[in-house]
Amino acid sequence: MPVVSRGFGRRRARPPDERLPPGQYDVGDGFPVLSAGPTPRTPPERWDFRVEGDGSELRRWSWAEFRELPRAAVMVDIHCVTTWSKFDTRWEGVAIDTLLDGVETTATHVLASCDGGYTTNVPLADLTGNKAWIVDTYDGRPLAPEHGGPARLLVPHLYFWKSAKWVRTLTLLHYDQPGFWETFGYHNYGDPWREQRYSGD
Amino acid sequence: MARAAVQRRLTWLPATVVDNRAETSRVHRLIFDVPGWQGHVPGQHLDIRLTAEDGYTAQRSYSIASPPEEPHLHLLVEQLPEGEVSPYLTEQTSPGDVLELRGPIGRFFVWSAADDPEARPVQLIAGGSGVAPFVAMLDQHRRTGSATPVRLLYSTRTLDDVLAPATLEPYATLTLTRQTPAGWQGETGRIDAALLARHTFPPDVRPRIFVCGATVFAETVATALVDAGHDSAMIRIERYGITGGL
Repeated sequence: MPVVSRGFGRRRARPPDERLPPGQYDVGDGFPVLSAGPTPRTPPERWDFRVEGDGSELRRWSWAEFRELPRAAVMVDIHCVTTWSKFDTRWEGVAIDTLLDGVETTATHVLASCDGGYTTNVPLADLTGNKAWIVDTYDGRPLAPEHGGPARLLVPHLYFWKSAKWVRTLTLLHYDQPGFWETFGYHNYGDPWREQRYSGD
Repeated sequence: MARAAVQRRLTWLPATVVDNRAETSRVHRLIFDVPGWQGHVPGQHLDIRLTAEDGYTAQRSYSIASPPEEPHLHLLVEQLPEGEVSPYLTEQTSPGDVLELRGPIGRFFVWSAADDPEARPVQLIAGGSGVAPFVAMLDQHRRTGSATPVRLLYSTRTLDDVLAPATLEPYATLTLTRQTPAGWQGETGRIDAALLARHTFPPDVRPRIFVCGATVFAETVATALVDAGHDSAMIRIERYGITGGL
């Protein structure tokens, strides 16, 4: 039985419940920023994006080459483990399907690695099938550094720490390798609809 | 992978309010008795869950502002006027009330004076109620007689907004950003490169640095630290709050 807090009640407008995972609230127009370390600032001329697997580089794009790839625009809801959700966020970038086009692999998992040393792990099947993107544009403008610019991973169906900021490399793996928050007590998969916030949830 | 596998599941625990008192005009100190609490490391946080009679729930994270040596859990809760949870916690909870919490959470933004054989200098930099995790660290530092050199640089609006003054006083340099009392000889204004240079460990001693505060504060301070020559890998950040769009 839950412990009822006498006198406590909903103070925010009731959002469309079917869009709000359990334990989340609608943050509205705000866009909170969370990160564990200083914001890296990599200039475009030193930025590249790589797909690696079996110890070798499978794909590499410079910033200019990345910007020439076929692009996608998406509008998605995002859900942060710290309990805010934000509806109808608009992003532009390149689908992971596009980046992996022609890559032959039997890998099962992906480790995303970022400037600043952050990492996060995602099953490969959660990045393919038009479910994830590398985005460089938010709300029609270049993605700001504190929100992950020049480019971040976007995996909106998982808690937002999986949408790694400042991402530079996707490593295809035949095993699951927990990333940064996943080794510091957060859930390995992070499905907001099953409220997988912390290890063991 | 082994490390992830041994973690215990975080279950919701009933927590009885022992005290709820105003620490400052904007912040209350809530003290909880939590039977079954597994202990924590200074810097960790917990989640509080409130449940309304209609089943609606809301949960929020708060840094723990007491060291594990203290039998009760202390939180420093800033009342956000538009908030849903903080006004309830500060205005409507009384001793004897029971609510639910779980933790401890997070094992990155942590430092234990009780277990620090390296004793590398530690620099804490706080904005406003972001000082809460540092209260836990410094209370433990004092209680354990730790040999680790520690400094706190603490940006706060006014002298009346200083949290846990008795705990922080031996370690803290204050800078007041809104209002200063008559005859104030200390620092004023927001933390910038010059203030950091005057009151924090320099890059050549390679201090561990912890920054906690609102988003803009944390971003500004972390950028200034990197520009001053500190290694990004030595800087750990905890930030909260909302930026108004981009």
